[in-house]
Amino acid sequence: MMGNLMLLLDAPGLNLQLLVDGVLVGAIFALVAYGMALVWGVMNLINVAQGELVLLGGYVVFFGTKAGIAPLVAIPVAAAIVATIGWALYRVVIYRVVERDPFSSILATFGLSIVIQQLANQLFGADVRTVESGLGSLLVAHGMLTVARVKLLAFVSAILLGSLLVWFMRATRLGQAIRATAQNSRAARTLGVNTDRVYAATFAINGAICGAAGGLVAMTWMVHPYAGLGYTVRSFMIVVVAGLGSLGGVALAGAGLGIAENYAGFLFGAEYQTAFVFSLLVVILVTRNLWLKRQRRYLR
Amino acid sequence: MKRRGRRAALYTALAAAAIVAPWLFPSYATQFAFLCLMVVFAVTWDMVGGQMGYNSFGNILFFGIGAYACAVVQRDSGFGYAPGFAVGVAVGACAGTLAAAVLGPGILALRGHYFAIGTLGLGVAAADIAAGWHYIGAGSGMTTPLFPGAIQDRAKFFYFLLLALAVVTFVTSRRLYQGRFGLVLNAIRDDEGKAEAMGLRTTGYKTMAWCVAAFFLSISGAVAGNLVGYIDPRDFAFAGSTYGVWMILMAIVGGRGTVWGPVIGAFVFHITQEVFWTYLLGWQRVAMGLFILVVVVYFPSGIVGSLRTRAPRPGGTEREVLPERAVVDPTRRQ
Repeated sequence: MMGNLMLLLDAPGLNLQLLVDGVLVGAIFALVAYGMALVWGVMNLINVAQGELVLLGGYVVFFGTKAGIAPLVAIPVAAAIVATIGWALYRVVIYRVVERDPFSSILATFGLSIVIQQLANQLFGADVRTVESGLGSLLVAHGMLTVARVKLLAFVSAILLGSLLVWFMRATRLGQAIRATAQNSRAARTLGVNTDRVYAATFAINGAICGAAGGLVAMTWMVHPYAGLGYTVRSFMIVVVAGLGSLGGVALAGAGLGIAENYAGFLFGAEYQTAFVFSLLVVILVTRNLWLKRQRRYLR
Repeated sequence: MKRRGRRAALYTALAAAAIVAPWLFPSYATQFAFLCLMVVFAVTWDMVGGQMGYNSFGNILFFGIGAYACAVVQRDSGFGYAPGFAVGVAVGACAGTLAAAVLGPGILALRGHYFAIGTLGLGVAAADIAAGWHYIGAGSGMTTPLFPGAIQDRAKFFYFLLLALAVVTFVTSRRLYQGRFGLVLNAIRDDEGKAEAMGLRTTGYKTMAWCVAAFFLSISGAVAGNLVGYIDPRDFAFAGSTYGVWMILMAIVGGRGTVWGPVIGAFVFHITQEVFWTYLLGWQRVAMGLFILVVVVYFPSGIVGSLRTRAPRPGGTEREVLPERAVVDPTRRQ
C-alpha cells in the first residue's frame, strides 16, 4: 500500500488517469442514482432492488449482442424491457407497500432483489459475463493517458440520458404530474392526478434508466447475479450526499464516488474495493448524521 | 392461580420435550441445534428491531465476529479442545459486545431508512473485509478444531449448548422487557423525540440494547461456528442474504415486538425453510425471496400480532403490538 502511494506521488500521469477514469465511470453511477432519487422522491420508497434492475439490463444487452444485435441498439432495447419489468413489478408488488412504513418497503424490495438475483442465477448461470464492445482505447497526450472508448461512450450516453430526463420532467404532462406528486401526493390527487398511474410510470422510468445503465455496465465491466447490491448502495450513497431532486448534485457526487473508488482500488488492491464502497457508505451516513446532530437534527 | 398452574405445566412439557428430543430423533439433533440458533437470532433481532423499532439489517455482524474470534482463539491459543472452546466463546462474546458498544452511538443515531441501509452496508462491508483479510483465512475461511468424541455426542453437545443459550436469551430478554428497560425501549420505538424530551438518555439505552443483542449473537456465532466446523466469510459468518434476513423474517412471521412471537416465528420459519430446501432444491432461494415478499406484503403483523387483533384478551393486552402505519386512501385501487 505504501509503495502504491509513493508511486502515485511520483507519477502525476497516473493520478490523471485515475481521475479521468473515475469521472467517466461516475457518470454511470450517477445515472442509476438519479433513478433511485426519482423513486425515492416521488414514491417515498427506497428501491433496494435497484442494482438488480441494472443487472437485468446488463443481461439483456449481453444476450442481445450474442444474438447479433449491435450493442448501441441493444441498450435502448434493454431500457424498454427493464421498463416493462419495472412497471410489472409495481403492478404486482410495489403498489402494496408504496404508502406503508419505510421498513416494509425496504424489506419488500430487499425480498424482490433476492428473487431477481436468484432467478438470474438459476436462469443465466453464475458466470461472470461481459459484452465485447470492440471499441479499443484512445491514447491522449503521447500515451500518458489511456481512455477506453467504452467508458467515453458510457459517459456521453449517461449525460445524454440525464439531459433527456430533465427535459422530460420539465416539458411533458407526465413529467409535470410526477413532479406534482413528488411535492404533495394528496394535493395532486385532489387536483385530479391519478397518482397510482404516476407511481407506475415513475417506477417504469426508473426501470428504463436502470436498463440503459445496465447495458453500459455490461460493456464497461461485467454482469454477475450477485453484483447488484453494490449498485444499490452506490446510488444510495450518491443520493444521500447530493440530496433529492438535484441532477447536478447527483452528477458531481457520482464523479466523486468514481474517483474515490478508483483511488481506493489502486491503494488497497482490488479485493478491498467492494469493502471500501460499503464502509464508505457507513462512514458517510454516520458523519453526516453527527454533523446534523449538532443542530439537534438527524437524517430523514 | 389456575392460569399460573397451566403455564407451569406448559413450560414443564416444553422443557421435557426439548430434553428428550435428541434421543427420540437422533438423526435430527443437528436440525434441532439450528432451530435453537434461529430462536436466538429472532429474539435478539426483536430486541432492537421489534421492541425498540430500529430495524437492523446488519445484526449478522456480531454473529460473524463471535464466530471468527472464537475460531482465532482456538487456532492460536494452543489449549486443548474444551478450554480453547470455552475461552474462545468468552472472547467472542466480548468482541461482539465491544463492537456493538463502539459502533452503537454512531450507527444508532441514524433513523428509519438510513439506519436500515447503513446496517445493511455494515454487514456487507464486514463480509468483504473478512474475505480479504489473510490473518483470518481470507476468502477460503477458517476451520474449527475437530470435536473430540463420537459424532452423535457432537450433535447432542452442540444442541444442548445452543438450547441453553436460546433459553437464557429468551428469559433474559423477557426479564428486561418487564422492567424499566423494556418501557424505555418501547418509548424509543413509539416516539424517540418525546422519550428524549422526558429526560431519557436514549443513546445510552439504544446502545445497551444493541450490546445485549450482540452479546448473545456473538456467543451463538462462536458455538455455531464449531457446530458447522467451517467458517466461510460470505456464506456463514456474515451471510447477510440468508441468516441476516432470516432474523428479520422470523421476528415478523411470529410478530414483532411481542414476547413469544420471535420464538414461534423461528419454529415456523425453520420448518418452512427446511421444506423449501428438501422439495425445491436449487430453487429454494428464489422461494425464500418470494416468501419474504408474501410475508411483508400480506402478513406484516405476524402470527401473535394477528391473533391479538382477532381475539384480544379481555381487559387489554400487556403490551401493544406495533401499529401499522398504513395511509388509508379511498382513491387507490384496493
